[in-house]
Amino acid sequence: MKNDTVGMSIIVKTVTRLTVGLILIYGIYIVLQGHIGPGGGFAGGVIVALSLIHLMLAFGKDEVLAKFNKARGLFLTSFAAIVFLLISTSRFLGRQSKSVALSDIVISVMVGAGLFVIFLALVVFIKDSLEGAKK
Amino acid sequence: MELHLILIFMICASIMAVEIKDLISSVIALSAVGLGLCLAFLILKAPNLAITQLVVEILLVVILIQATIKRDLPLIKDGRWLFNTVSTLVFIAVFLTFGYFSLKELPSFGQPTMRVSQDYLANSLAQTGSVNIVSLITLNFRGFDALAEVAVLFTAVIAVLAITRKTGKVYEK
Repeated sequence: MKNDTVGMSIIVKTVTRLTVGLILIYGIYIVLQGHIGPGGGFAGGVIVALSLIHLMLAFGKDEVLAKFNKARGLFLTSFAAIVFLLISTSRFLGRQSKSVALSDIVISVMVGAGLFVIFLALVVFIKDSLEGAKK
Repeated sequence: MELHLILIFMICASIMAVEIKDLISSVIALSAVGLGLCLAFLILKAPNLAITQLVVEILLVVILIQATIKRDLPLIKDGRWLFNTVSTLVFIAVFLTFGYFSLKELPSFGQPTMRVSQDYLANSLAQTGSVNIVSLITLNFRGFDALAEVAVLFTAVIAVLAITRKTGKVYEK
């Protein structure tokens, strides 16, 4: 936000500053009401990832990478995958568990972090490595 | 009736997406196919799938425009057109044959066999405490499907990161 030359124009930056919080809250709402109405973990997680992508397209990659880098995304993805493995195999141990909302939250963390890391890899890291290869 | 109109629109848009020369017009035509699929899900009364389809389609368009538009794509036009045409026709014939026989075995549209789903409709709320039956079935009764889905996504993340890593891409002349 200090550096005005990175990213898109000032109009896009202002609109992004206004809308990105709303998109994030809408994604969390879709996740949390997934066991009551339409929605669920996958769709909500993709909306959360889209809000991060929106921020990155408007402000450039450095603003977002300072808060959410590759290591943190990989940690969240792996952690959520392990937690979901525990949730779904815990049905072997006892009766039918009432865990739809919990599974929704875990899947949303997994999908949001994973899809944002895929976007980072496909858009940012490929560009860097191609430029590095040309030098 | 609306469903048939949307299907015709989707077929036209996908033919356009294949045939158009300009890459960004092709991506726009592809996103029109996804929007038609989302509307078809809404007409078939599946709002869960419609939300997921719309959101994934937006992410797909953003990634396609950002990641592929500015690259040079190698385009091979000549050679082996006879082999390609014959193999395509053979695969289409095999697919249509098996599709005909398997579609004859299905129950007709709108009248599903209700043996398992009656049990889900009767007992699901008392057993799991969730109102949305669709997400309940995918996450609770068929929980291992969701587990396999998560495993596929995790594998995709690891594979993309392994392909696009910086170290190991040293080109020697």
